[in-house]
Formats: sequence, structure tokens, C-alpha cells
Amino acid sequence: MTIEQGLFIAFGAITLGAALLVVTRRNVFHAALFLILSCFGVAGLYVLLEAPFLAAVQLFIYVGGISTLIIFSITLTRDGVNSNIAGRNRQWWAAALVAVALFGALGGVLGWMVLNHDWGAAPGPVPEHSTAILGTTLMNPEGLALPFVVASVLLLVALIGAVTIARER
Amino acid sequence: MTTTVPLEWVLVLAAALFCAGVYGVLSRRNGIAALMGIELMLNAVNINLVAFWRYLEPEAATGQAFALFVYAVAVAEAAVGLALIIAIWRTRDTVVLEDLDLLKG
Repeated sequence: MTIEQGLFIAFGAITLGAALLVVTRRNVFHAALFLILSCFGVAGLYVLLEAPFLAAVQLFIYVGGISTLIIFSITLTRDGVNSNIAGRNRQWWAAALVAVALFGALGGVLGWMVLNHDWGAAPGPVPEHSTAILGTTLMNPEGLALPFVVASVLLLVALIGAVTIARER
Repeated sequence: MTTTVPLEWVLVLAAALFCAGVYGVLSRRNGIAALMGIELMLNAVNINLVAFWRYLEPEAATGQAFALFVYAVAVAEAAVGLALIIAIWRTRDTVVLEDLDLLKG
């Protein structure tokens, strides 16, 4: 086993183990902390996949931004009853069945694909300036400039909408 | 990485992460915990996008760009979703999804 395989298995185990704890822990606050750990694991996977810019974005947005938002919401909605209610609803066994069946279906498709699809030769190395290429693609009018602006508008709308919805009246 | 770890390993990991998120969304009573399940699912999708970029088209930037768009949507979803949960908690004093049955006939 090479170092890369070992690192992939380690980061994958962190990501998946923490994700399973996120969905099974009764205490919502603990679940939020495990969500942070899971996102750390995903950032490690991005580093292994040679996408360092996305790894940094993952840390900034998920570990820095979304988890803070989630923890603030948990503290804002804490009402004493919150920590005593059961973590899962009455249909949890059906939910588990659906999740396992979905994983089985996805695994089946993946297995079929591995047997029947030829991915071609091993991929070449990542260009040295892959982040610069990403930036020029996002800003290029022939490329993805329009979706980029639309995403910016979406973020602005979401920002104003979130403030309006959560505002105290 | 690409020569030692096959693409399928990454895809299976992302599929497992997605299914964990599905279970979280369907089984959680707390609305914030259900949103966390959605975040896990979005993370799984992003892993897939980055993996396909790395293994199939490392010279193009579109795979990473799509992952960035998924981030933008994830952030918008988290912000609006959590704002909704806070607003519901203000008016109805609960974050339990089953208790939100105003539209039930």
C-alpha cells in the first residue's frame, strides 16, 4: 500500500465516520462539531486530488462559515426541550432502509460501470497554474462569466432574503 | 494519487457520504440537523465533481468551476434554511420538523 492510498483511506475514514456521527448523534451540537470534522476530511481529499484552491475554499466556507452559522442557529433556537427530544423520528428505520438501498443501487451502477466502461489512459498531471486557469475560465465571457455573475446575484439575494426572514419584527 | 488510487474508490466514498446525508435528512427531527444532512450530500457531490475533473479532464477548469458553483448554492441554501428555522422558532417555539403541520388538512 502506498502513502497516497493510506492517506486516502485515512481521510475517507475521517470524512465518512464523522458523517455517520453527524446523522446519528442525538445531541445536535455534537453533530455540528462532527460536521466540521467531516468537512476537514473532505478538504484533505481535495488536497489528495490536487485541488488545493478548493481545499482552501472548503475550509473557509464549511469550517469557517457554514459551521459557525449552524452553531449560532443551534444556540439561538435552544429552548431546553431541544436537547431532551429524541434525535430521530418514527420513520428512521425506513430512512435507513432507503439510504442503504440507495447505496446498494449506486454501488451496483458503479460496479457495472467499472466492468463495462473504459476510462482510457491514466490522466496526465495537473497543470502547474490550475488555479489561474480556473480564474480565467470563470472570468472569460466565452467561458463561465455569465454563470459566475448569476451565482453572485444568487448569493446577494440569499443574503438579503436570510436577513429579511430572520429579522425580529 | 491517480495512479495508485482508482477513481472508483473516490466514487464509492462519495456515494457513501451521500447516503449518510440522505439518512440524516429523512430521519432527523431537528430541522438544523436535517440541514446538516443536506450539507453532507452537497459535499459528496463536490467530491464527485473534483474527482471526475482530476481523473478525466485535469487540463480543463470546468470541474473545479462547477464545484465552486455548488459551493455558492450550498451557502445560499444554508443561509436561507437556517434563517427559516430561526423564524419558525420565533413564531412557533419549535425546531422539530414534525410539529410544523400548519398546512396539514
